[in-house]
Amino acid sequence: MSAPEIAYRDDPRDAAGKIAVFQYTTVLVFVFLVSGFWQLQVQDPERYSEAAERNRIKSTPLLAPRGKILDRDGRVIVDNRASYSLLLNREEVKWEHLPAIASALQLDYADLSVLLRRNTRPQIIIKDQLSRDEIAWIEAHQDQSAYPEMQLIKSWRRQFPQGGFAAHVTGYVGEVSESELNSPQFSEYRQGDIIGKDGLEKQYDKTLRGVDGQQRVQVDNLGHERQMETTQDAVAGQDLHTTLDLDLESVAELAMQGKRGAVVAMDPRNGEVLAMMSAPTFDPNKFTGRISRSDWNEIMNDPYKPLLNRAIQAEFAPGSTFKPIVALAGLETGVIDDETEFHCSGGASFYGSYHACWSWKKGGHGNISLHRAIRESCDVFFYNVANRLGIDRLAEYADIAGVGHKTGIDLPNERESTMPSTKWKLRLSRQKWYAGETISVGIGQGAVTVSPLELASAIGGIADRGKWFEPHLVAGTAPKLLRTGHFNPENIEKVIFGMYAVVNEPGGTGHNAALPGIKVCGKTGTAQLASNKFLKGTALGRSMKDNAWFLGYAPQEAPEIIVVALFENGEHGDRASWIVRDVLKAYFDKKERKAKGLELLTEMRERVAAFHLLATNLLEGEAQR
Amino acid sequence: MGYRAFKELDWPMIIVTLILSALGILQVYSATNGTKWDGAWEKQILWVLSGLAIMWATAVIGYQSLMGKVLYFYGTVIGLLFATTLIGNRVFGSTRWIKIGGFTLQPSEFVKIVLILAIARYLIEFVRPATTLTWGDLAKLAVIVGFPMALVMKQPDLGTSLTYLPILISGVLMAGLRWKQILIISAVLVVTLPIGYHFLKPYQKDRLVSFKYPDRDPKGTGFQVIQSRIAVGNGGMWGRGAKESSQTHLGFLPVPHTDFIFSSFAEEHGFVGIVIALVLYFLLIMQVVQNAQTANDRAGLYVCMGVAALLLFHVLVNVGMVVGKMPITGIPLPLMSSGGSNTWSVFLMLGLVNGVRLRRFVN
Repeated sequence: MSAPEIAYRDDPRDAAGKIAVFQYTTVLVFVFLVSGFWQLQVQDPERYSEAAERNRIKSTPLLAPRGKILDRDGRVIVDNRASYSLLLNREEVKWEHLPAIASALQLDYADLSVLLRRNTRPQIIIKDQLSRDEIAWIEAHQDQSAYPEMQLIKSWRRQFPQGGFAAHVTGYVGEVSESELNSPQFSEYRQGDIIGKDGLEKQYDKTLRGVDGQQRVQVDNLGHERQMETTQDAVAGQDLHTTLDLDLESVAELAMQGKRGAVVAMDPRNGEVLAMMSAPTFDPNKFTGRISRSDWNEIMNDPYKPLLNRAIQAEFAPGSTFKPIVALAGLETGVIDDETEFHCSGGASFYGSYHACWSWKKGGHGNISLHRAIRESCDVFFYNVANRLGIDRLAEYADIAGVGHKTGIDLPNERESTMPSTKWKLRLSRQKWYAGETISVGIGQGAVTVSPLELASAIGGIADRGKWFEPHLVAGTAPKLLRTGHFNPENIEKVIFGMYAVVNEPGGTGHNAALPGIKVCGKTGTAQLASNKFLKGTALGRSMKDNAWFLGYAPQEAPEIIVVALFENGEHGDRASWIVRDVLKAYFDKKERKAKGLELLTEMRERVAAFHLLATNLLEGEAQR
Repeated sequence: MGYRAFKELDWPMIIVTLILSALGILQVYSATNGTKWDGAWEKQILWVLSGLAIMWATAVIGYQSLMGKVLYFYGTVIGLLFATTLIGNRVFGSTRWIKIGGFTLQPSEFVKIVLILAIARYLIEFVRPATTLTWGDLAKLAVIVGFPMALVMKQPDLGTSLTYLPILISGVLMAGLRWKQILIISAVLVVTLPIGYHFLKPYQKDRLVSFKYPDRDPKGTGFQVIQSRIAVGNGGMWGRGAKESSQTHLGFLPVPHTDFIFSSFAEEHGFVGIVIALVLYFLLIMQVVQNAQTANDRAGLYVCMGVAALLLFHVLVNVGMVVGKMPITGIPLPLMSSGGSNTWSVFLMLGLVNGVRLRRFVN
């Protein structure tokens, strides 16, 4: 023991040093405590007041129904069905409850836990369209003593026509994906929201989706409701009035059953799309909410790509349906007139290579002029016209008709048609255009491609005497005139008369489309696939039968409707003409009944009833209304 | 010891005590209004008033004569602890209370006072002034504290048993340890604490860990921590106002009038309110320390520092728990938490401190 220490300990007042240490410690403790309150109360109070709010308020989402999609007569195409969904309140979720909940609702436990981990919203819908048994189970188990995280809410299930009817136009809905959420245009969407994924559902999502509301109730810690707070009602989405005509749509679907391809019907006077279908189709009802993995794989692995909307996304050579444009270009530039004759001996040589004519007659069409050349679709005639025009002058007129552009229809993911030219080739492959390449473009082969809608729009503009309107599916927007062709009216009439002859004169290739008492004009097209890069080397490449095209419109003097049918691997345009005829007939039948004041749908309903898939949908829809 | 003694009491300390008690009563009133604990504030007034009388009596009797009878007291509280184990009321899985007459008493609260006196007495009686503590002294002190501590831990009431440690530590450090001893003790603790952790009950382990990671089980062990933090944060700078606190009044805050009274206070009075309250606690502890500095003898010093250390520990652990910086141990906040035993125990301690003050000039 050293002396100073003894002195230090003898006098209590000398404990001052230790007491000072205690005092400093006390100061530190209080600084530590105050800093704790500072963090919670001053730095980040919103976080906790929000948490307190979430404790205090039990909010039940009031889901807004999406707007209906209606046809031009106000008939419902896409509707909503009231159902019940199960919601989990994230803050109350106990992980040990999940296996029981999953098994009672036939959910996959692994999927459920992944969902809960990924989704950060305070309330997560884990199952929609609950069955009566499931609802009963939930009601029996959602109290405080069992699984208080469960909450039953009313929801809406999107109800599409069955059997994939008009599926490519309506599109489908599904949960907003993570990649969508990350992009700025979806900033107002939140995890778990249902969003249009394709078709009109996607294009007009902002119109169709409503604003969800909330019912708020003050609750205590045991979940007992204390008092009602303000309730924010859901605002339903707006209905979408389309230009579609369900009757024409049904006829088109009916006519295309068992085939692959697309049908588009359009009013060339304003661009209103009356019918649009693509086959094969898919059932959008499988996509609502969460699609099962097997259904998804089935659709994705289908070699015929049912999700593809062939009406706007399949780019094929137009074949002979392109000839009216070549004819008009020839007449307008003066390289031919209606007297100009070429000799068809079943083929002709240009620049050292032989190009055949499709003609079944031995020795070809012989000496042939414009009217007959359109009527009988003589290839040699149009080789010569194209040769005289040269690619760039031809491209100029194709451009006016819209070939080489998108039509601008109000659907997502439209593909652009192709029209070759010297500039186009230079840009694409940095190579010169060879005059020999022009020849096959004259009959709609080679690099030129169109989709059914693009073809309908291009020829529809000629039928409407040189006015091209933007095709659209939603009514109410004023028709948008895209381009006007300042053509010699006589020239247009000559081309149109040629198309009239196709259907109505002996020797015409499209007799099947004729309708009694109605001046139908048309053009067949048989397009080779071999030149089509889109399909080369794919599994489909093996079935290389030619595509059949037919376009038809009526009446000749003032067309009200143009219909284009693409029948993939249909071999001859002839075989697509029946389809067009059916749609045209339906249009004029309906018009006549309307004029006579008859009930509109009697005959149509009979036809539709035969189409059982559609019938179940329409009848069901009616029962609900 | 009449009027002169009354005048000589530590009035600044008593005024701070009264303000804190008043804040406590108001908060108990606000937090329990309309709940199943309605009326707890009236009882609390009785506890505080009787506590003041007890404080006066303790001051007048004096720590020296109480220290002289400390063996009887020690024997009594140990007896009560045993009695509690045998006939006590089981609440929340723990047997802490014993019924005497119409009252429920928590003997473990009174062990604190007895230990303060016992340690002071040992230090002045068996340790010669001119020496530091020997290992033997340390062992005996450890037994004196460890025996009741073990009994309380058995109840099980880990929180209260831990409050005995600051009394021991303050006594030992004030009496004097050599650096070597401090190092050895620290080394032993570092080794044995993890082992001790294994002997804790599962719920105690959960509590020790859950305050750090409350989100692991927000509805289970983390519930109290999360709800308390939400209540505190919900108060913000100025507070929600008395009786306006949703966390407190809708029952999300566990026991808002006892262990979590400071959460409730923080929710209703905000950062400004808790700074004022903490300043008052700081003043209270500093005033106790000041009495240690002016104590007339070493016994007075030990008593005052024991009280100061105990109060500091209580405030640190309770308030730290409220803001989520300390594990949930379930020890009350002195003077504010409602409850008879802990209120009386605080007033008894303050009585001892006042007794030291009254005798500072006596020679």
